[in-house]
Amino acid sequence: MSSPFRNSFLPRALPSLHAGRGRGWVRLSKRRFASLAHPPLAPPLQGGGFIALAFLLALAGCDREQRDMNGQPKAETAAFVPRGDPRSAEYENNAFHIAQGQKWFGWFNCSGCHFHGGGGMGPPLMDDQWRYGGRMEDIVASILYGRPNGMPDWRNKITEQQAWELAAYVKSLSAHPRQDALSARADEMSNTEPQTLQERQKVVPETKAQPSGEEN
Amino acid sequence: MRRRGASLMLLPLLALAGCGGIQTIGGREGREAALIDDLFTLFCIVTGLFFAAVMAFLFAAYWRRGGHRADRMPDEGATAPRDRGLRIALFAWTAAVIGGLMGLAVASFLTDRSLAYSTAAGRPVVSIELIGNQWWWEARYHFPDPSQNFRTANEIHLPTGSAAMITLKANDVIHSFWVPNLAGKQDLIPGRVTDIVLTPTKVGRYRAQCAEYCGLQHAHMALDVTVDTPADYARWLAAQTRPAAAPTTPQAIAGYRFFMTRQCSACHAVAGTPAGAGVGPDLTHLMSRRTIAAGTLPNGTGPLHAWIADPQGVKPGANMPYIGLDADELHNVVAYLETLK
Ligand code: HEC
Ligand code: HEC
Ligand SMILES: [Cu+2]
Repeated sequence: MSSPFRNSFLPRALPSLHAGRGRGWVRLSKRRFASLAHPPLAPPLQGGGFIALAFLLALAGCDREQRDMNGQPKAETAAFVPRGDPRSAEYENNAFHIAQGQKWFGWFNCSGCHFHGGGGMGPPLMDDQWRYGGRMEDIVASILYGRPNGMPDWRNKITEQQAWELAAYVKSLSAHPRQDALSARADEMSNTEPQTLQERQKVVPETKAQPSGEEN
Repeated sequence: MRRRGASLMLLPLLALAGCGGIQTIGGREGREAALIDDLFTLFCIVTGLFFAAVMAFLFAAYWRRGGHRADRMPDEGATAPRDRGLRIALFAWTAAVIGGLMGLAVASFLTDRSLAYSTAAGRPVVSIELIGNQWWWEARYHFPDPSQNFRTANEIHLPTGSAAMITLKANDVIHSFWVPNLAGKQDLIPGRVTDIVLTPTKVGRYRAQCAEYCGLQHAHMALDVTVDTPADYARWLAAQTRPAAAPTTPQAIAGYRFFMTRQCSACHAVAGTPAGAGVGPDLTHLMSRRTIAAGTLPNGTGPLHAWIADPQGVKPGANMPYIGLDADELHNVVAYLETLK
């Protein structure tokens, strides 16, 4: 029953891309092809008349679709979530919220672009590199307001609470979350041990992690 | 004191009132339930007879020994079976127990076999995929022509006289499917496919309940089962296969816009519209259902307002979040939902 688009990389929440039960797609393509199947019939013409008609026909080309070829990134839309939001402490390292976030991550097909944290069309979320900052507030801003190079904006598509829960889960993928807050079972298929069974890595002191330019 | 005793005696009587109606064990509205009920009746009769015999011997022994040996002296050998008659009786009793147990085992085996052969070859088979979620049911009707397939939620319709093959799956945790009026239980297990056959024989409305504890709202995970005549069933199928009609009143159109552009369409599907998400119940024919939120509320304008305004107040923990619509948005969206006949 499910439409063949359901498992594609399109986020489920972009409804316009999922025409209801596939019927819309069928109708659309039928209409398109119908117009192709009947090209305007030309009466037998000779010489000048033929050339004039050719020009007239060429005019039809003026209605071509617009194509944006240069693909410049759009201007930064990002609103931002101010630092020190009390929800940051409330959601981070909270077992319930992390588990909820894990559920939404699958429901809203974040995994379609980010896979299960390892990255695909979207950047990996389980490493320690952040394009837009790795604090809870930054992650929530990435989710709610989108990012210019392909991260959709989820405002009004999910609730704010869901955004914070998603951020708690995303953060738990890379940070060293408290073991008692982690879900012992990943929802997705996986060939690695659950995080709770993995050896904890030593936290590298910040001064060493960010060597200054002169030392290099 | 006497009063309390009397009311205690009344309790089991009250419990009896639970038998009968839309959700009852011992119902005989389906072929499978009737088979199980027959087996149960046989068990009750056989075990009842044996219980009565044991009780009879016990009381007989009590009356025979009653009143003697007031001196409390030991009475050696009084209980040893001395006469031949008693020995024969003991052998007969043992044989009866063994025979009775064997008989019950054979009866269970035969019932089990006839349950397994429910789908006799050649009969038209209704094919339904039933998926358990925390805490609602998704039903997908399958047809040889896949363009007829449709989804619905928290209700199924079945025709009388046909075997319905129900394939059971779970999305999150183990649930159990149980329509006591129609058949026994079958579990829904994540990552596995199980099935059960229902052959309803009597038109009516029955209630199924998740029968495996599955979390916070397990108690609010009911499924409305309607058994129709084949003609009514065909009518229902035809209605369900249609996509939703477009809204016409300004209020409903405003509600439609809200639904399609806001959170609702991230989770719900309405056939024939851009909303095609699959993680919440399909709402295409919402108003044809008798209840909402898996039997938590009756369906209707008031309950819909209550549910959408604050699902977490109605069914704490449910997977539909509190969205915080303002009054206009709420009225509009309910007006739209009410067009989904
Ligand atoms: C259509 C594909 C797509 C979907 C769906 C998607 N993302 Fe993204 N996401 C991206 C891309 C592409 C980027 C990088 C954007 C950039 O660099 O401007 C990104 C960036 C991010 C970032 C910022 C990463 C950083 O390094 O700062 C976060 C956090 C994020 N996504 C989380 C999510 C979550 C949570 C969801 C599900 C609600 C989600 N994404 C759904 C494509 C997607
Ligand atoms: C995050 C996903 C999500 C969002 C967003 C959401 N719902 Fe739901 N909805 C659900 C789930 C899950 C259920 C089933 C809840 C249950 O019964 O436990 C549900 C149930 C319902 C039901 C009852 C259906 C039935 O047959 O029992 C209605 C009506 C409904 N939602 C309407 C809406 C409307 C209107 C909106 C937007 C304002 C909305 N939902 C937003 C997930 C969602
Ligand atoms: Cu359940």
